[in-house]
Amino acid sequence: MRRAALAALISHWRRQPLQFFTLIAGLALATALWSAVQAINSEARRSYAAAEGMLGLGSYETLADPAGRMPLETFAELRRAGWPISPVLEGRAQFGDQRIELLGLDFISAPQANLPGNPQLREALSPTEIFLPPGIAFVAPDTLRALHDIDGLPRLIADTSLPPGRLVTDIAVADRLLEAGGEIDRLILLEGAPNGVPSALAPELQRFDRQSQGEISRLTDSFHLNLTAFGLLSFAVGLFIVHGTIGLAFEQRRSVFRTLRALGLPLRNLLALLLAEILLLALLAGGLGIALGYLIAAALLPDVAATLRGLYGASIPGSLAFDPTWAASGLGVALIGALVAAAHGLNAIRKMPLLASARPRAWAVASTRSLRRQALAGLALLVAGIAAPILADGLLAGFALMGGLLLGAALLLPLMLGAALSAGAALARGPVAQWFWADTRQQVPGLSLALMSLLLALATNVGVSTMVSSFRLTFTGWLDQRLVSQLYVTAPSEADGERLRAWLETRADAVLPIWKVDSPLYGAPGEIYGIVDHQVYRSHWPLLASSDTPWEDFYAGRGALINEQLAYREDLSPGDPVTLGPGWTLPVSAIYSDYGNPAGQAIVHLPLLQEHHHELPRLRHGILTKDPEGLARALHEEFGLPRANLIDNDSLKATSLQIFERTFTVTGALNVLTLSVAGFAILTALLTLSSMRLPQLAPPWALGLTRAQLARLETLRSLALATLTFALALPTGLMLAWSLLAVVNVEAFGWRLPMFLFPAQWLWLLALSLIAALLAAYLPVRRLARTDPSQFLKVFADER
Amino acid sequence: MLIDARDLTKTFQTADGKLPVLNGVSLQLQSGETLALTGESGSGKSTLLHLLAALDAPDSGTIRLQGDDITKGNDASRAAVRRNRIGLVFQQFNLIPSLDIAANLAFQARLAGRHDADWCAALSERLGLSELLSRYPEQLSGGQQQRVAIGRALATRPPVLLADEPTGNLDEATADSVLEIMLDLVAETGAGLLMVTHSTRLAGRLSRRLHLSQGRVA
Repeated sequence: MRRAALAALISHWRRQPLQFFTLIAGLALATALWSAVQAINSEARRSYAAAEGMLGLGSYETLADPAGRMPLETFAELRRAGWPISPVLEGRAQFGDQRIELLGLDFISAPQANLPGNPQLREALSPTEIFLPPGIAFVAPDTLRALHDIDGLPRLIADTSLPPGRLVTDIAVADRLLEAGGEIDRLILLEGAPNGVPSALAPELQRFDRQSQGEISRLTDSFHLNLTAFGLLSFAVGLFIVHGTIGLAFEQRRSVFRTLRALGLPLRNLLALLLAEILLLALLAGGLGIALGYLIAAALLPDVAATLRGLYGASIPGSLAFDPTWAASGLGVALIGALVAAAHGLNAIRKMPLLASARPRAWAVASTRSLRRQALAGLALLVAGIAAPILADGLLAGFALMGGLLLGAALLLPLMLGAALSAGAALARGPVAQWFWADTRQQVPGLSLALMSLLLALATNVGVSTMVSSFRLTFTGWLDQRLVSQLYVTAPSEADGERLRAWLETRADAVLPIWKVDSPLYGAPGEIYGIVDHQVYRSHWPLLASSDTPWEDFYAGRGALINEQLAYREDLSPGDPVTLGPGWTLPVSAIYSDYGNPAGQAIVHLPLLQEHHHELPRLRHGILTKDPEGLARALHEEFGLPRANLIDNDSLKATSLQIFERTFTVTGALNVLTLSVAGFAILTALLTLSSMRLPQLAPPWALGLTRAQLARLETLRSLALATLTFALALPTGLMLAWSLLAVVNVEAFGWRLPMFLFPAQWLWLLALSLIAALLAAYLPVRRLARTDPSQFLKVFADER
Repeated sequence: MLIDARDLTKTFQTADGKLPVLNGVSLQLQSGETLALTGESGSGKSTLLHLLAALDAPDSGTIRLQGDDITKGNDASRAAVRRNRIGLVFQQFNLIPSLDIAANLAFQARLAGRHDADWCAALSERLGLSELLSRYPEQLSGGQQQRVAIGRALATRPPVLLADEPTGNLDEATADSVLEIMLDLVAETGAGLLMVTHSTRLAGRLSRRLHLSQGRVA
């Protein structure tokens, strides 16, 4: 019995290949975008785990001095007092053209399980090899190849479990490479460590758990949350397609269901068979989606890797490994998505009386009451979304705002379209125009799911492109302000730096030292810069908020400038005291924008920095000159400086903008994909509706409209609906952009960006959506224009 | 006794209140007997047929099919009655549009697990469908579709065939030919036939006639 009934149900798809294709394609596309995002996230997280978790350091509590590094003696003293601890030194160093992250561990006291390389290999190494210069260091094979001809490095050993760009070595070797002067960053607490802090021996130390450290995964969480949100959005758009297609398939088969039941198939069996059919289709589409998702992820991953490197300095490989976890999650989401989409249809069949009319209703005709209910739910979501950031802090509140905005607007769409079309009908003159508006309004319920997905895609597009363009405009202006020097020079050594400054004195308009120390600020990674007194800073530096006399206070040594990230994180305003080191506190004289930097940063007058940090490296300089090219040539000839040490303003700006553009490549790609999925949704809705349009089009045809006229009106209808949807998507998208700039960005990155409007982009997007609507309408309209008159006549013949 | 229905009542809830459709109808049908159920629109003919076909349950009264009370039981047991013991022919044919004619013909027999390929072949021969087996319902005329529906109903060799206005959608000549075939096949299989019809002409061709008026046997 079941086999015969299942065959009858499935035979529907054989006779409706287009519908079958749209169902499979919709679910596969939705799964693909979701899986692609999961694959990217999973690949990146695996890299972080390799960076943090492989060495297992993330699982230990630590002791650290919030003001900065501590002397190695503190470790020795605590160790003598019985504290089971091990020291860690971290930092970045430039080797040739490679920027490498160094991790120094004490190979004696660190737990053996957390050391790189396999135990046999480490045992085979003699202590002299490990501890005495040049020492040994473990790096990823790619990094080994990149560093193989660099002098002054320890002997490098390949370790495939290490992420690219990271070097792990003994703490003594790391101290030499980082020129840390015998200081360490933190102490990891091993098994058996007492509770609390060693207040008697080292009162400056504080205890930190894993979360309070600024590890890469925490910094990049917001980026991945962003991607996940995009994945979910794409999946939601895909679900609209699936919901529509499954709903239509159920509606078209109402008579078959009734016949099956009349011929003796119990309701329970019918529901079970439909469920099996859906699961079968979801498995097929899910499998395809995962394969497609893998391809999308593989294509996007190099840009994601570049983004993460540019934004956070996190290293992940540019190639994708297959992971069954995300594949399973993709399949699970496809199954759940299909079931959610089918739930309504299954429930309707469960409730459908056996003797109910078997004629398909006008597809998905929603009553005014259910439209109102839907609109009310939309309003509630809008209100809840807006309330979220008011009532709660954090990134999730920001995403709740965005979710509320998007879903709320989508649910309100049919009612608003209905109102707009009624207004059109009221203004219409002539019978054809009146019929056009009334008939368009009648189409809205059937098209609403597709139009809702178009609204979601358009609003996302407006929101994200406004955010990116605002960011680009601000960033470009900010670069112009911030990169005040025409030439940037890095001296190879302190001695060269000294000679360079003397040489430049008569040849440049000004030499501005760019000297800094890496120093933790409030327990998180940070840096303090020292600058000299020069008008160029006063006139150019991008201050967001300041005291009455910021520069006067600053140059008098009575104030510090801090970046927006630090101000936001520590809730600091101009006038508040900011702690820059042990016993070193200054009032905040101004807050400046510092886009793209995840770390806290402070700037003080250079003499003040030198006073607190005697060993300040003095290598980088900004040069004010009218002839940067000539000066660079002269520097190259005089000092033999490589080109990498001489960067002119233009190339620095170009590089920064290139990093910026690459950062948003992924967002742009997902944007386009989501819009394509929405375009596909309209196509499928129009195609499926077109098969049910004949009874509505036959009367005007019989009354004198030609098929060509009807086809033109159908095209116009598609364009009108796309335009009206765009009209609602635009304000929704702008609100979305505002939430991204003013809420999500602040929570995720610690900076707020001004919002700019780009009407030219809107026009372009409107043109795109009209083109999508035209393309989507093309096939159904062509079919209509070629419909044989006998088909129209059949409508009247069947009316009995 | 093939069908023994007694004192059947059925009331529907409408927007204007309760609408009694059957008010104590009784009827009997013997094996091999052909019975025409006639009456004006709204007299309760189709409702009575739906009750006899176990598509619906009466508010009161009993229906015995070959001695078994089919008014008792749940959806699954009523479905089993329809599947195994009743052949149904509808005015709208109700073929499965996505299956070809051969599959439609064999469908109920397969559902009941009693598919007999030889019998189906014989049926399609008798119904003049042999050349049309690979076509789909939409490619057939109304008369041809109704012949498929009759074949489908008889493919399980049911003891009773219930037909609801089977010729209502057909022209006179086609209606005559369809009824002819149906009567021949019923006689051949020994099944009982109960046919709802508006046409007194067609009703006259059956062995007995029962007229319903305002929910009662007139």
